[in-house]
Amino acid sequence: MSTFLSTANLLWFIPLVPFAAFVIISVAAFRSRSLSHSLALGAAGLSFIASMIVVWNGLHLPGLAQNPVISQIPWLPAGNSTFMFGVQLDPLTVVTLAFVAITILMIFIYSVGYHNFGAPVGKEDIPGLPPKGAEVKRDGHVEKVPSVEPMYARFFALISLFAFAMFLLVVTDNLLGLYIGWEIMGLCSYLLIGFWYGRESARKAAIKAFIVTRIGDVIMLLGLAALYALTGTLNYQQILASPQTLSMLSTTASPVAGLSWAGLIGLLLFAGTIGKSAQFPLHVWLPDAMEGPTPVSAMIHAATMVSAGVYLVARFFPLISAGWQPGLPLTTPMLAMAAIGAFTALFAASIAVTQNDIKRVLAYSTISQLGYMVAALGVGAYSAAVFHLFTHAFFKALLFLAAGSVIHGMEHGAFHSKQELDTQDMRNMGGLRKKMPLTFWTFLAGGLALSGFPLITAGFWSKDAILAGAFSESAVVFIALALAALLTAFYSARQITLVFLGKPRSKAAEHGIESKATMTAPLVVLGLFAIGIGWIGIPQTFPVLGKLSTDWFATFTGSMLSFEVSEGVSSVPLVTSLIVALGGLLLGWLVYRKVRSAKAEDVLEAAFGSAYRFVQKKYMLDELYDLLFIRPAAWIADVFVSKWMDLVIIDGIINGIGKLGLWFGYVLRNWFDLPVVNGAADGIAGGTRKSGSFIRKLETGRVQQYMAGALAGLAILFIILYSVFK
Amino acid sequence: MSAGQVIFLLVGAVTLGSGIAAVNARKMLHAALWLVLSLLGVAFIFALLEASFFAVVQVLVYIGAIAILIIFAVMLSRSSLTDEGTQTNPRWWLAALGLLILFVGICAAILLWPKVTSIPAPLPASATDLATLGKELVNPNGYLVPFELSSILLLATLVGAIYTAVEKKEEIKK
Amino acid sequence: MIPLSWYLILAAALMGIGLYGVITRKNLVGALIGLELMLNSVNINLLAFWRYLHYAQPEMDGLVFVALAFVVAAAETAVGLALIISAYRSRKTVDVNEMNLLKG
Repeated sequence: MSTFLSTANLLWFIPLVPFAAFVIISVAAFRSRSLSHSLALGAAGLSFIASMIVVWNGLHLPGLAQNPVISQIPWLPAGNSTFMFGVQLDPLTVVTLAFVAITILMIFIYSVGYHNFGAPVGKEDIPGLPPKGAEVKRDGHVEKVPSVEPMYARFFALISLFAFAMFLLVVTDNLLGLYIGWEIMGLCSYLLIGFWYGRESARKAAIKAFIVTRIGDVIMLLGLAALYALTGTLNYQQILASPQTLSMLSTTASPVAGLSWAGLIGLLLFAGTIGKSAQFPLHVWLPDAMEGPTPVSAMIHAATMVSAGVYLVARFFPLISAGWQPGLPLTTPMLAMAAIGAFTALFAASIAVTQNDIKRVLAYSTISQLGYMVAALGVGAYSAAVFHLFTHAFFKALLFLAAGSVIHGMEHGAFHSKQELDTQDMRNMGGLRKKMPLTFWTFLAGGLALSGFPLITAGFWSKDAILAGAFSESAVVFIALALAALLTAFYSARQITLVFLGKPRSKAAEHGIESKATMTAPLVVLGLFAIGIGWIGIPQTFPVLGKLSTDWFATFTGSMLSFEVSEGVSSVPLVTSLIVALGGLLLGWLVYRKVRSAKAEDVLEAAFGSAYRFVQKKYMLDELYDLLFIRPAAWIADVFVSKWMDLVIIDGIINGIGKLGLWFGYVLRNWFDLPVVNGAADGIAGGTRKSGSFIRKLETGRVQQYMAGALAGLAILFIILYSVFK
Repeated sequence: MSAGQVIFLLVGAVTLGSGIAAVNARKMLHAALWLVLSLLGVAFIFALLEASFFAVVQVLVYIGAIAILIIFAVMLSRSSLTDEGTQTNPRWWLAALGLLILFVGICAAILLWPKVTSIPAPLPASATDLATLGKELVNPNGYLVPFELSSILLLATLVGAIYTAVEKKEEIKK
Repeated sequence: MIPLSWYLILAAALMGIGLYGVITRKNLVGALIGLELMLNSVNINLLAFWRYLHYAQPEMDGLVFVALAFVVAAAETAVGLALIISAYRSRKTVDVNEMNLLKG
């Protein structure tokens, strides 16, 4: 390996290529669709290859956790020191980079097909709205087909920028670099949710996502500032790999509520995760973010960006768990994470059961799964959390992309049958497995992985690891997660049944067709990963299979920690996980297999009535927030600030001043201005005119006469000076 | 009366005489030629002041460039080449009178100034050393800024003169 | 030895002659010739003062002033003549008395 292509150089290279693509597309290449997506895809491909080389090298470096690959450049002079900016490769980076690079490349490829590249331009399409379809003549009759996205190049520029931010966040070696990537992703998320800004719902969703995540970001920035103030550095190695720094932070008391500084900073950083990874109570933005194009939902709001929050707490796990050992009571931030994570997992899963929009189900499922990971980190199951982060990225990206494929097929059917309907509503679907076989099988793989179908899916292994970790630490968390797993399997079965099984419930579903190869190929690749990637993490305690496994993943990521996490040998979590997965799937299929009509009431709704509708309305949380925060803010702004303070007090004062000024002006004008000032001004003006008409005779326009005048003046001056200073 | 004084008087007489002729000649071309002679006299005066470098420059710049430029200008403005009438304003005598008075006044002032009798010491060799002058001109603590400014002035003049004198298209059409 | 006063009187006379030319000449080129004489009288003064009072090292002021005066004189003449030619082209005359557009 030449020095130019060294691991460190490649690490720098990975984020910079998509950034270059973003700049080139937005500056030069935006006129050409094919050039734009070639640039974006090429960049993603290069980053992917570089990532794979880096990951491969990282796997073969012994003791990577203790001696990470680091490359730094001096960046910001700060006082008498210089802030070093660099890249770092350790086991966590290796794992994250692997799934980020693969999913990003797959989603880029999928986007080409999703935005109907090669399709005709629709006559009614305008930038800011989804394409409405174009009419083409085929075999003598006019047919309506999907049309190409009007802002095709803009989309690829934005996702390239997003890829840059995500890669930056993963490879950087300090918290500031992470924060920069974090915020750029927030911006991209905002721009991409509002990609179809012609729709009011998209605009509102974009603003909501931006503001809600901002709450977490600001708190996180506080943690970042506190960390920098205390340690004088934001470098991972200097903070997290130094026992002195960690013990200093965990033993020094902070001014807040008896927490240690490590506890306080851990909580502050975790607030960033709550916002970014959509944990309760800041989860409300993620379902609305489904307003964006489906590849965006897959990439940003399922596979990568929301994972960044979990990545952050995983990265700072040594700080969060500072002072903790297995067997000791959990630290405050860990406790908070376990509580919020477990609650979110259960809470979001229950909402997902009641949703009818295919993408919203997946959105709540994402929130639920992220809650899993957070809870796992909270109970100290570090490797299990990272493992689930890893597998979840694959199967959730797969599910979103497959859902996008379903929506595409439904749209095609809607065009064909000239039927106006909600192409994302699962009640309108049904029976699509025959029309869209590839999509069906891949969706099935993803759905089973999500439910934790035993042995053959990746989700089973990671979920099992989390349940095992939770079981050994906290019974409450374990029960909550197990219930959530049951619900997960249930809604997965419900979704698969409603969408693919049974008979079509609308004309559009009858005429749905399979998507293009650019969309299905990524599905197949991700489907393989969703099935097989879990086998790298089979625990050694697992019956039969455990003997064959080295439990490579847990060893690899576990080397990041300073202590050994003992794996429970109990068979309770394994049995539980089997029961909830299989039971949930079966239950879901049994309940929903007989749905015949799109108009029919949901089976559970019939059974539970108002309780169901309460959950379906997301526990009225949006309404609660509206009531608690938005209405009061609007009320204060409207009634208090605008009507009372502004109109009465401030306007009163201003009007009073105005009237006083008016009166004063009146007096001045009639008693001073008109007689004195005006008279004087008129007199001066008249005098100037008269004297001017007299003096103008001196201006002959002849230069020589002027000069003679100057000479005479000089002579007179000379005589005067001479007679005075003689 | 020393030889230097004799030479000075001769040169001075030539300079002033040709100067008077230059401002009174009826033909502009003649005036320009008288000017050349007067400038040559000034060059001699410079030499008498032991500023031999400036004597040379005087010949090169004034006679070689400026006077020739004036002759060109005379030739280019045809009316001044052919005009042979009176060349002065009607009230020239008034100007002459005023200037005479001024001249007498200045002379009186000069002669009454005590330092006017000071005698020059022998010039040190370094004072006439051109290298010293050259270094002073490009010395940042010396005269670098005025030197550079004058170079900018010359460039601006070059451009400005060409722009002003060049025949514009609209004017040719007329 | 030549007294300083001689130089100064010569310069004053030359200045007077030049000024006379500038004031009385009807022809613009003639006025310019007078101007040249005035500039030369200034140079004589500068060099005379330098030689008699300020020659000692490192005082190069007099010489430098003269050098700069040369530059300014050359620039002034070039622009002046260009203006004269331009004026002549548009008005077919170089008579100062006819150039009175600025008459009040």
